[in-house]
Amino acid sequence: MLPELGHFALILALLLAGLQAFFGIAGPAFARDRWSGAVTSAVAGQAVMVATAVACLVASFVTEDFSVAYVAENSNSALPLFYRVTALWGAHEGSLLLWILLLAGWTVAVVLGSGRLPPRFAARVLGVLGLVSFGFLLFTLATSNPFLRLDPAAADGRDLNPILQDPGLAVHPPILYTGYVGFAVAFAFACAAMLEGRLDQNWARWTRPWTTTAWAFLTCGIALGSFWAYYELGWGGFWFWDPVENASFMPWLVGTALVHSLAVTDKRGLFKSWTLLLAILAFSLSLLGTFLVRSGVLVSVHSFAADPTRGIFILVFLIIMIGGALVLYAWRAPLLRSSAGFELGARESFLLFNNVLLVIAAGTVFAGTLAPLISDALKLGTLSVGPPYFNPTFMLSMLPLLALLSVGIHANWKRGRLGDSQRVLLYTLVVAAVLGCGWAFGLYARGSLLSWIGATLAIWIVLSSLVDPLDRWRRGLTLSRAVLGMTVAHLGLALAVIALTTVQSFTIERDVALAPGGKATVGDYEFRFEGVRPVEGPNYEAVAGTIVVTRHGAPVAVLSPQKRQFWVQHQVTSETAIRMHRGNNLLLALGEDLGAGRWSIRIQIRPLVSLVWIAAFIMAVGGALAASDRRYRTARAAVTSPAGATAGQAG
Amino acid sequence: MTRFLLPLGIFALLAVVLAIGIRHSPEKGVIASPLLGKPAPAFVLPDLADPARQVRSDDLKGRWYLFNVWGTWCGGCREEHETLLQVHRAGVVPIIGLDWKDDDGQALNWLTQLGNPYQSVATDHSGREAIEWGVYGAPETFLVNPQGVVVYKHIGALTPDTWTHEILPRVSGAKAGSSS
Repeated sequence: MLPELGHFALILALLLAGLQAFFGIAGPAFARDRWSGAVTSAVAGQAVMVATAVACLVASFVTEDFSVAYVAENSNSALPLFYRVTALWGAHEGSLLLWILLLAGWTVAVVLGSGRLPPRFAARVLGVLGLVSFGFLLFTLATSNPFLRLDPAAADGRDLNPILQDPGLAVHPPILYTGYVGFAVAFAFACAAMLEGRLDQNWARWTRPWTTTAWAFLTCGIALGSFWAYYELGWGGFWFWDPVENASFMPWLVGTALVHSLAVTDKRGLFKSWTLLLAILAFSLSLLGTFLVRSGVLVSVHSFAADPTRGIFILVFLIIMIGGALVLYAWRAPLLRSSAGFELGARESFLLFNNVLLVIAAGTVFAGTLAPLISDALKLGTLSVGPPYFNPTFMLSMLPLLALLSVGIHANWKRGRLGDSQRVLLYTLVVAAVLGCGWAFGLYARGSLLSWIGATLAIWIVLSSLVDPLDRWRRGLTLSRAVLGMTVAHLGLALAVIALTTVQSFTIERDVALAPGGKATVGDYEFRFEGVRPVEGPNYEAVAGTIVVTRHGAPVAVLSPQKRQFWVQHQVTSETAIRMHRGNNLLLALGEDLGAGRWSIRIQIRPLVSLVWIAAFIMAVGGALAASDRRYRTARAAVTSPAGATAGQAG
Repeated sequence: MTRFLLPLGIFALLAVVLAIGIRHSPEKGVIASPLLGKPAPAFVLPDLADPARQVRSDDLKGRWYLFNVWGTWCGGCREEHETLLQVHRAGVVPIIGLDWKDDDGQALNWLTQLGNPYQSVATDHSGREAIEWGVYGAPETFLVNPQGVVVYKHIGALTPDTWTHEILPRVSGAKAGSSS
């Protein structure tokens, strides 16, 4: 009964999304304000229906209704309640439903926050969001219905994929998707502005908090994904330039560019058409990511069974949405003129460099990701590119970006002269270069040029970012949340750079075979293997190794990596043991049983790897702070509006 | 004006590439598998015939083998079954099956009714092993050399043509090379 109710609710949601799109776009176009007025009701109705559908599927999971195919494939009676709920997005169909739910959530947030928007403009924004939602609902109902029944019902389920039975992964998709979907709001604002043929600084002020919030979520989502790949999969790395990872990274790069270009449009009324293009691009890349992951056109170690019909559907959807938006852009963007100019060396010029470099970075990732596909389509033979391509090309655009950041935040709007800041920048650069040298060559045994450059640029960003805020604080002046958020995000970036270049330069990795009592020395650490013992979990049994770690004879930790055998799927997963010690991340994974008590053990020592994720989290916090600035709430403050507050809490 | 049309033009090109990509992907034989030229994933999986026993990649070291991903739910697998039986009868290279996201009982029935071309069949109920191999749709067949390196991957139903022109030359060529 419940699955049918959910299916029915989803069909109603599709119809309501269609109405929302029609009223929202046609209402303002034909100046029918009553049509525009109906949009809000359609949004509310659609949100209720989508929530009902999700609730029905969750209920089927919780009550262990194995007559529902999706539940039978992704759950089991031994699965703990928490994972029975998160199993909702354990596979393709439910992930789509989650996507739709989050889009409905963002749309409701836009309605709640649209009090200060001109009614016709708000209707257009909601109309475009309705169109996006319609496409995804149609996709779900036509190719990926999660409510299909099994006849006869399964006696028990196949269980949630064990690699997904981890708290980190359980929360990763909703956060990542919140970021992806959030760019739909920026996209809708851009389309609405183009439909209206008018874009002013107010537009940028409305769009900014949404975009920044979405960006913060995406940052968190990517970091969690990377953390999970490192911690749970035990793959011994945190970034593989895999198509699925790139699919989330490209919208992030373009979204970062968008956040910065919106600042220029907001403050100076410049970069209008460029900002529109970035807004379209950020969402297009989110959609493209979905396409790449779901259609199976690209080979990825992450890819789940894909279905070409799904690919064709998404491709048609992509052509309608992105193609439509780009036609609109070609038609309307030439009408948007900016009168103001700026000198080379003004802050605008640095933000332009920022945008260009970020888009180039996204472009190189894009080219690398699609290279196999393009070479195949052009019959050039098969080609695949990996880290040897991605690492240097990515660095080539990122290093200048980092170098320009410190100067850019001290540059003035409009005027090209740096004035007093010049001396501050020079001093901080010298200090940074010296400290960076100490960091790269002093702290670790073997220095490298890369780690020196990375550390220097990062320390320069830290010092130069702190100059102004500290100065204001000393003089007892307050800092706006926007500036504070920007500073925090830049500090996060600096930390990430230090961490990444250090990990890149100083990681040690070793596989050893040890009998009980055997010892291995890796780096500064000694590892003594004490043997294995059996362990029993709720739906698995495991062997746990005991390894005593010491450093120059002083005890560091006793680590216990496990190998788990899940009962239902007879699947073995490796549970790594991780310990932070003096900034070094020690990772131990239990390999194969070599017989006679001997086991192969993988030992990795990665300096500062945890800092990568902490840094990403700090960047996200910076974004949330900036999005909650009062300025966005009081723009056209005639009507009190909860928009800023919503964005702030959400961040 | 033209510069505002540029993004649309680029997107149109991309759409064409993606469309070609989709049209090719289901039947595309050779694909840029991330595994080609790399060691095949190590596995220890339950044996379909006797879940108490295990199929281990270590036991296959030093021999050529075909790794065939299949399931009773998959149409292409029914189609290629006759070819697999021929390969089995030729006796040149053993076939290891990976029964992907399948029901053990149904899989055993299938083998009893249609004949069993496999030296052994490992079961992968969760699909995790298939993820390790970068499988994106059954059937898929990998050719692994005695060093444990994946040298060839075929996507879709295996045909006698692929067997004689792609797989057999690689195996016999290498064997002839090593014996001479």
